[in-house]
Amino acid sequence: MTITINGSDYAVPYDSRVSLLDMLRERLSLTGTKLGCNQGACGACTVLLDGERVLSCLTLAAQADGRDVLTIEGMQGADGSLHPLQKAFIEHDGLQCGYCTPGQICSAVAMARELRRGDPSHVTANLAAGPDGPTREEIRERMSGNLCRCGAHNGIVEAIEEMLGREAA
Amino acid sequence: MTPFAFHVARDCAEALSLGAASGARFIGGGTNLVDLLRQNVESASKLVDVSRLAANIHEVGNGALLVDASVKNSALAAHPMVRGRYPMLSRALLAGASAQIRNMATVGGNIMQRTRCAYFYDVDGARCNKRQPGSGCDAIGGFNRYHAILGVSNDCVATHPSDMCVALAALAALVHLVGPEGERTVPLAEFHVLPGASPQIETVLRPGEMITAIELPPATPAMANSEYRKVRDRSSYAFALVSVAAGLEVVGGKIAEARIALGGVAAKPWRATRAEAALRGLPATRANFLSAAEEELTKAQPLEGNAFKIGLVQRTTAAVLESLAGERA
Repeated sequence: MTITINGSDYAVPYDSRVSLLDMLRERLSLTGTKLGCNQGACGACTVLLDGERVLSCLTLAAQADGRDVLTIEGMQGADGSLHPLQKAFIEHDGLQCGYCTPGQICSAVAMARELRRGDPSHVTANLAAGPDGPTREEIRERMSGNLCRCGAHNGIVEAIEEMLGREAA
Repeated sequence: MTPFAFHVARDCAEALSLGAASGARFIGGGTNLVDLLRQNVESASKLVDVSRLAANIHEVGNGALLVDASVKNSALAAHPMVRGRYPMLSRALLAGASAQIRNMATVGGNIMQRTRCAYFYDVDGARCNKRQPGSGCDAIGGFNRYHAILGVSNDCVATHPSDMCVALAALAALVHLVGPEGERTVPLAEFHVLPGASPQIETVLRPGEMITAIELPPATPAMANSEYRKVRDRSSYAFALVSVAAGLEVVGGKIAEARIALGGVAAKPWRATRAEAALRGLPATRANFLSAAEEELTKAQPLEGNAFKIGLVQRTTAAVLESLAGERA
C-alpha cells in the first residue's frame, strides 16, 4: 500500500476519504500542488499519475495505490534548476499571481506528450490523421482544463509554444 | 464525506462479491462520484474500485467493437478504429470535460454519472426530488437555462450531461452487464430512464449489477460518415446546451440511413427516432433536415429559461446533416 511520489514511496493514508491532493499538501507538505475549486473545475491541482495528467482533488489517494505520481516539486532538474517550461513561463509572463501555475506546468508537460503521440483533440480537423502540429488553437483547446483568473492565458500559450518549438527543433 | 471502506477489485467475480454489500458503490475514475460524496449529495459504506479490471478494446467476430468498461475516455477517443469507423464517438468524447478528466474517467463511469443540475448539488439551499424524493423541484420555476425539454416530468427536468452517451445512442451501442443473476445486455438508448414520478431512479441497472463493456455494432456507412456537434456557453470545458450526434448515408441523392441522437435536452441521451424515420428516402436537403428535427420536437415542453433549445436543436441538427451530406456528395 504505497504511492511513489516524485521518486519516493509513501504509505497510502488509512482514511480512504483522503484525496491525493490533501495527502500531498496536508500530510507530505508538498504544497506546490494547489487547492483551487476542489471540484474538478479549475485544474490548479493537476499532477501526473503514471505519466498522464489528472486532477488530484478528484482522485482518492487510495486510487493511486501502487502508482507513480509526479508533482511540480518533481519537475526541476537534479541540480535544482527550473524546468524549461518554468523558465518559459517567467520569460513570457505566463503568470501574475502564480496560483494556477503549478497545475498549468504539469498539465502542459503531459499535453506535450499527448501531442507527440498524435492524440486528436476537439479542434483537430482530420481525426484520422491527428493534430496538425502544436498550433495555438490546439494548445488553447488542450489546456482548457486549466483556468487562470489573472488572465495570463496569452503568455501561457506563448510559453508552451516556446517549449514545443524547442522540442521540435 | 461520511467514512467508507475502499477495496480494489482484481477481477469481475471479486467486484460483484464486494459490490453485493449494502451501501457499496462501484468506482471507476471517480470524477463524478468523489465530488458527490464530498458534497454529501451521495454516501457510500464501501467503494469498490473497478478501474483496474481489464481495459481492452477489441474487434469481435462479426466486426463489432467491444470496449471494456474500464477503458479511459481519452484512450477510447484516440483509438484508431474508433476514429476511423465511428468518428462521432471520438468527437463526442473529445468535446467532453477536460483532458485531465478524460484521462481519469472510464467508459462505465461516464455512463453511470448522475443525471444532474445545480439544484441537485445544492444540499443546503434547494429542494430536489432526485436527492430527496418527494421534496419538490426548485429547477422548475428556477434558473433552468440548462434543463430538459424532452421527456420531462413535473418532478425533474435535469439532463444527463454525457457527450459520449449521445454518440453511443446514435450508434445503437449495447451495454454489457453482469450481476448476481448473471449476464445481460441492454441497448444504451434504453439504459437510462425518464424521470417520471421517481427521478431518483436513473437507469435500469439492478442492485449489485455492473457494466462490463459496451459493444459498438459493425460500422455502417452512416456510422463512418458521422459527426458530433456541441453548442455551449464557452468553446471548451462546458456542458452542452444542446448537442447532436449524427451519421448519414446518401445514395443517389436520397437518404438511405440517418442516425441522430440529441444531448442536453433530456434525462437520457435522446435517440431521435422520429426524425430518423421521417428522413428515410427523402432528398438530403436543408428543408428536409429542418422539418425532420421539428417532427422530433413536437412534444417538447420547454421551461421559461430553455425555450431557445427548440430552435437551437433544429438548426444544429440541420447544420450537422447538411455538412455530412456535403462531404458525401
